[in-house]
Amino acid sequence: MTVFVWIESFAGRALSSSWEALGAANALATDLDCAVTAIVLGANAEEIAAEAAGYGARGAIVCSDASLTDYRPETYAALLSQLVAEHKPKAVLAVASNRGRELLASAAADTGSGMISDVIELRLDGGQLIGTRPAYAGKVLMEMTAHTETTFVTLRARAFPPAASAVGNAPTIQHAPAVEAPDSIASLVEGFATESGTVNLTDAAIIVSGGRGMANNPRGAPEGLDGEAAAIWKAKDGFANTLMPLVDILGAAMGASRAAVDAGYIPYEHQVGQTGKVVNPDLYIACGISGAIQHQAGMRNSKIIVAINKDAQAPIFKLARYGIVGDLYEVVPALTAALRRRLG
Amino acid sequence: MHVVTFTRSTPDTAAKVWVDEGGEVSWGDVATVVNPWDEYSLEESIAIAKSSGGMSTVIAIGVALHDDALKHSLAMGIQNAIRVEEVGADSHDSLVWSRLAAGALQQLGDVDLVIFGKESIDVATDQHSMQLARRMGWTMLSFVSAILDIDITAGTIKVEKTLEQGKQTLSARLPAVISVMKGINEPRYPNFLGIRKAAKAKIPVWTAADLGVELPEPVTSALRYFNPPARAVSTEIIAGEGVDHKVETLVARLFEEKVL
Repeated sequence: MTVFVWIESFAGRALSSSWEALGAANALATDLDCAVTAIVLGANAEEIAAEAAGYGARGAIVCSDASLTDYRPETYAALLSQLVAEHKPKAVLAVASNRGRELLASAAADTGSGMISDVIELRLDGGQLIGTRPAYAGKVLMEMTAHTETTFVTLRARAFPPAASAVGNAPTIQHAPAVEAPDSIASLVEGFATESGTVNLTDAAIIVSGGRGMANNPRGAPEGLDGEAAAIWKAKDGFANTLMPLVDILGAAMGASRAAVDAGYIPYEHQVGQTGKVVNPDLYIACGISGAIQHQAGMRNSKIIVAINKDAQAPIFKLARYGIVGDLYEVVPALTAALRRRLG
Repeated sequence: MHVVTFTRSTPDTAAKVWVDEGGEVSWGDVATVVNPWDEYSLEESIAIAKSSGGMSTVIAIGVALHDDALKHSLAMGIQNAIRVEEVGADSHDSLVWSRLAAGALQQLGDVDLVIFGKESIDVATDQHSMQLARRMGWTMLSFVSAILDIDITAGTIKVEKTLEQGKQTLSARLPAVISVMKGINEPRYPNFLGIRKAAKAKIPVWTAADLGVELPEPVTSALRYFNPPARAVSTEIIAGEGVDHKVETLVARLFEEKVL
């Protein structure tokens, strides 16, 4: 018996979130008294497999065929499905990233296996794998199980501690041939653009978020802008020049409420909440966010919540460990300066 | 082009949802809405069907509650609505669901593109769209933030996908299944005429037998639903003279909490 874990990589490097999946796989394998097999596909697969061994994976199956250089569900799922059919692992684990979700759902369909997605807790009960997962954006939780030989499980980012580094033997590496001929690939990656230097919200240890209050910027909007256009200018200026320095000094990710996104203050990629990203950082600093139920659904599992809001009655204070009642345009620059003195 | 989208009725994002004493999920008597993520897939479907001079169809799989989402879709401007219901089938199981959905697509016969919203907010899964693509043997393009081009003659689609690391441009052969993100468009509101027409629409119900589909046994079970443990938070409103003093206290607290 074995437990598979997909080590997600990007541009030839393992994503650090993959070590969370490996940590969960190690714990499961200990309970099942079996070994973990790391599945590494794409560029630098062997180096990444060796790195995974340093976190406790005893075996690895690698394939660095050219058709796997760019992640595509057709090629990746075809190979993973074949490996699952051959090795019949008890479980296949991966972080619930965009690619992890797609790959595991596809291979689960190919092999007719049950899938439990976005799991925050995983346990064995008499040999049966049971996953706890949020539903209704975390307003309720559910326990799910699968009845098939293999269960596919995606894990919510930051819900499982990363694997500890282990001194071990070199892993047993098996090479798998790619499954599909390149000419049968139905999709083609043409380009890639990245926002350099930004931190991914779901991986972030610290998040600084802005809400509707961002429009109360004391800086005057340029002449000719009034009403809604002035509010948008003020809020954008606030995100860029008031929140961003705090984000930078903390190495944080920038979040926002739906109200701020819908008002056009900041792009949708930053939205935290039920129709945005669900996050669970160590520290969540909510600036000018009232804390509507749909925003709470996205951030209520943060370890420490700090609320900065002018309105002492804002619902966000009920959720916060620490609150400062005051104008974010006074509090945030002071906080940034205080942190700069402490963190250098 | 024939564009198909799938939808369902869900409680509103602002609704309180809880597990009652009988262990059932409840949202009281709050009315359901069309799954909020689906407003973007419906808008995209209406726009593509119109610009290509084609056809748009919306399908819901499940009980009569989902007729509300179908009527909202028709009121927005989708041309055709179908509900698929197999009494006794566990359509929460994504493999059962995708088998029924694939049966419906095969019954329609001429589908070029299937568009999903990013996920369903009730059961909070997105695997249905991906598993449908595998059943059909079609390409899956998930988390699409922009459709850059559709070439009907060549039978190709070009999209921008969202990854954690940035935006990726991909081209693929049609037919394909895509899931779209918020921000891809501005969903329209149904107008009075649309609402009146939708109210009168009779929505056909297809069963597994109508589709010639043999359903697999469900491979997953929901064992129980429960309320998340209440967050025992005692809030400290930082007191003190002036902003500088308050932020110094806050920073000291955050160091004590070891989150900095």
